[in-house]
Amino acid sequence: MDFLDGMHLDVLKEIGNIGAGNAATSLSKLLSRRIDMNVPEVKLIHFDQLEMVVGGAENLVVGVYLEFTGDIQGTILFVLDRLSANNLLYLLIPNYSTKNESDFSPLECSALQEVGNILAGAYLGSISVLTGLSIKHSTPAFAFDMAGAILSVPMIEFGQMGEQALFIENVFIDGSNKIKGNFFLMPNIDSYPIILKALGVYKWHKE
Amino acid sequence: MAQRIKVGMADLNVVKSPGILVTLGLGSCVGIALYDEQVKVAGLSHIMLPSSKMIKNNQNKAKFADTAILLLIERMLAFGAKKDRLKAKIAGGAQMFSSTSNSNSLLKIGERNVISTLEVLDSLNIPVVGQDTGGNYGRSIELYAETGILLIKTIGHGIKEI
Repeated sequence: MDFLDGMHLDVLKEIGNIGAGNAATSLSKLLSRRIDMNVPEVKLIHFDQLEMVVGGAENLVVGVYLEFTGDIQGTILFVLDRLSANNLLYLLIPNYSTKNESDFSPLECSALQEVGNILAGAYLGSISVLTGLSIKHSTPAFAFDMAGAILSVPMIEFGQMGEQALFIENVFIDGSNKIKGNFFLMPNIDSYPIILKALGVYKWHKE
Repeated sequence: MAQRIKVGMADLNVVKSPGILVTLGLGSCVGIALYDEQVKVAGLSHIMLPSSKMIKNNQNKAKFADTAILLLIERMLAFGAKKDRLKAKIAGGAQMFSSTSNSNSLLKIGERNVISTLEVLDSLNIPVVGQDTGGNYGRSIELYAETGILLIKTIGHGIKEI
């Protein structure tokens, strides 16, 4: 990640910001209620610090995973803790009540996957509009397991480039229900120069 | 109280009895446990990728199955272990997300990590005496230097010892 300087991080942060804004709007429309969000954090995280991001490697979380392809490639991971997932399901499914604490029903998985799908579409859509690049994404995959195991999937992708991962992390908050989700947007290494070039900032970087 | 040492992602460590080596939340990564019963020296490596040969950025030897196993053996020899007495147990290599598109080899990385690990161990004539790999769930593992037991904990798939 040495080729990313402070300005590049700022640019990626702004992309994260705009994407998050669109994602919050989409989520808000889906749930028919106001959704607030924090200012996205763009961080380079070393493997060792990974656990802290998600409350410990053994913390049980929901992960919705998508891949995107086209002019740029990469992965998206949406991570929710159990409580937030339940609160989200309560808003999504009429007359919802949790029946099983240790697993999710097919309907519950499907609902959470759809949220991941909508958020990914909002993010990628804003990148596409900003850069003029064509991007499409896969259908979402679902997992409910240890945070370390779920996060290892994108970390391995980054493991091929270096010791650190770039996370664009957003937290969405619904005031009364505390839906907190972490959204990790991870273009692959070859995609960074393409994004930065499309935005006209790559040339400032000494090659 | 036995010493408990955590082994992070792309990391490895060695302890003598009664120490315990722990790795939390293995997904597609593979935990490679080596043990010398005679001197009760245990080593644990948490690898992320099958081979250092395909990748330019390969300075961290603990990240790849091929280089991590060699480094782990080297460290264990310094603790008095002998290479021809080492036995291996491996865990992990799951596929956390079922494939959404067949195109991406990343999703099968767990399987590739396991295959590469077994190949490297075989080439070094280290017998694999226990294996708990694959599936679609995460694992936390604890390696006991006193007994060589590898304890595997999962969420919803039970606890087992190998």
